[in-house]
Amino acid sequence: MPYVVERTPLTFAERTYLPQILGGLKTTWKHLFSPKVTLEYPEERPTIPPGYRGVPTLVKDPNGREKCVSCQLCEFVCPPKAIRITPGAIPADAPTANVEKAPQAFDIDMLRCIYCGLCQEVCPEEAIFLQNQYSLSGYSRGDLVNHKDRLYELGGTLPDLHFKWDKKRAAEQAGRAQH
Amino acid sequence: MATEHTYPDTAAKTAAAALPDEFHPERMSLSMGPSHPATHGVLRIQLELEGEVVRKADPVVGYLHRGDEKIAENMTYNQFVPYTDRLDYLAPLANNVAYTLAVERLAHLEVPPRCQAIRVIVSEMARISSHLMGLGAYGIDVGALSVFMYTFLEREKLYTLFEELTGARFTTNYTRIGGVARDVPEGWTERVSAFCDQFLPILDESLALLTRNRIFQDRTVNIGVVSQAEAIAYGLTGPNLRGSGVPLDLRKDRPYSGYEQYDFDVPVGSKGDCFDRYMCRAEEMKQSVRIIKQAVAKFPPGEWYATEAKKIFPPPKDKILTSMEELIQNFMLVTEGPQLPPGEVYFEAENPKGVLGFYIVSKGGGVPWRLKIRSPSFCNLSILPKVCVGAMVADVVSILGSLDFVMGECDR
Repeated sequence: MPYVVERTPLTFAERTYLPQILGGLKTTWKHLFSPKVTLEYPEERPTIPPGYRGVPTLVKDPNGREKCVSCQLCEFVCPPKAIRITPGAIPADAPTANVEKAPQAFDIDMLRCIYCGLCQEVCPEEAIFLQNQYSLSGYSRGDLVNHKDRLYELGGTLPDLHFKWDKKRAAEQAGRAQH
Repeated sequence: MATEHTYPDTAAKTAAAALPDEFHPERMSLSMGPSHPATHGVLRIQLELEGEVVRKADPVVGYLHRGDEKIAENMTYNQFVPYTDRLDYLAPLANNVAYTLAVERLAHLEVPPRCQAIRVIVSEMARISSHLMGLGAYGIDVGALSVFMYTFLEREKLYTLFEELTGARFTTNYTRIGGVARDVPEGWTERVSAFCDQFLPILDESLALLTRNRIFQDRTVNIGVVSQAEAIAYGLTGPNLRGSGVPLDLRKDRPYSGYEQYDFDVPVGSKGDCFDRYMCRAEEMKQSVRIIKQAVAKFPPGEWYATEAKKIFPPPKDKILTSMEELIQNFMLVTEGPQLPPGEVYFEAENPKGVLGFYIVSKGGGVPWRLKIRSPSFCNLSILPKVCVGAMVADVVSILGSLDFVMGECDR
């Protein structure tokens, strides 16, 4: 139901400014002695909740395999087109040769990135994650383009629930390959 | 007399009429903005002044134009969600919800009750945070600095909750066509209701600094009066329309996302001046708290996205990682976008700033053929040439603050 907001004229006392001045002082004094709410930023850091969308990074699985297979889905979905991937082949004699592809180059331009998290959301390999880092600085535009090495350094290793390529390889070796 | 003068009060008029011609001021043109702190962003108002009295006011908009509507034509529906964050950047979640609802209406898609409840909660939280910012900034506009600090503290608490829910404080990018980006985290709804419980006393404390304050009332009462008829004629929406006494609230009149289940009232003004608009916003926050409390109390279990809409919402992540069909489906959905039928739709939602409408023409597929945004701030600003005339320069600041617009949305 609609209701009309209150609109009563000021009383004589209120027209003298005094009740408001005293009321305002009371509020100020109350807040003066209440606990501090500010954070002294560079010394104190805010707590970052799980699932925070910070700087995008690339991760490796616990066996040290780089998880990205350079499918370029993140490059496609990225709204500001901040990601650039050059796909590369994994050598046939490598232990993870059955994965076939890994990025040869993987650049994220942090001057374009809007931290929307769509890359992480669409990644079919759980290889790209927006992690906790939120503060970036650099002396040139080039400094703020994260290359592959830097992305892996930032990302580190995350637990893997599936190990799907290891399972596939085991299945292939056991002669139960399903293509 | 060279020109016809009208003065705000009769004494000044009589005094002015008695003066010889050479005492009548020439008109001076003054550009207020685009970098004036009281114009809340990059609005420029081309004023024509006669002394201190405004004779003509022309809002000049477009300094923040980014071509969002054209951008939308070149990306899939889900990719556009981050762009809606940047319309009304003080209530990104409400924009996300409005946009997603528009696309879902085109797809004739109903989302599960849990998803609807999440969207209602986040929209109302966005409304509170936007109004807190509006009131705080309005206090600064008319000379009360401390209110801003107190409302900003509350807004910060809301942003912490947004951060837990969406992963970002400001640019939330939370909704998806057919659902939301992720389910609410453990214990989040309890923290929301804890916020609501402590919020009302603090809000009352902040409002007490303004509402009965004579200085504030002198700056707002009977300033910038917009009559009911004018408000309707100029297409005002939101608190600006309700401040003029028109009880239009789309949450009541055309309920969406399950708003019909919640019990709340619509505050309206009686006079249509700056003070009424301020009061409407203050009361709306209290109503929003009511809605959030109800939504949290009966927060439905179940799915948080439309599971049956296989061509619109991607499959769960662990399925994508382990099953070939879901993997292909994920690729199709990302590269071609959510598959929508051809047709057109216009949907509007009650956003904090007013009615945010999306008009979408689809030729089928995952990309809109044309997307038009009806932004409330743009329409609300159209009243400026009308309402500023005859006011003093200082009143223009008060009027602008009471209209509570956001240029990101106006210029889009």
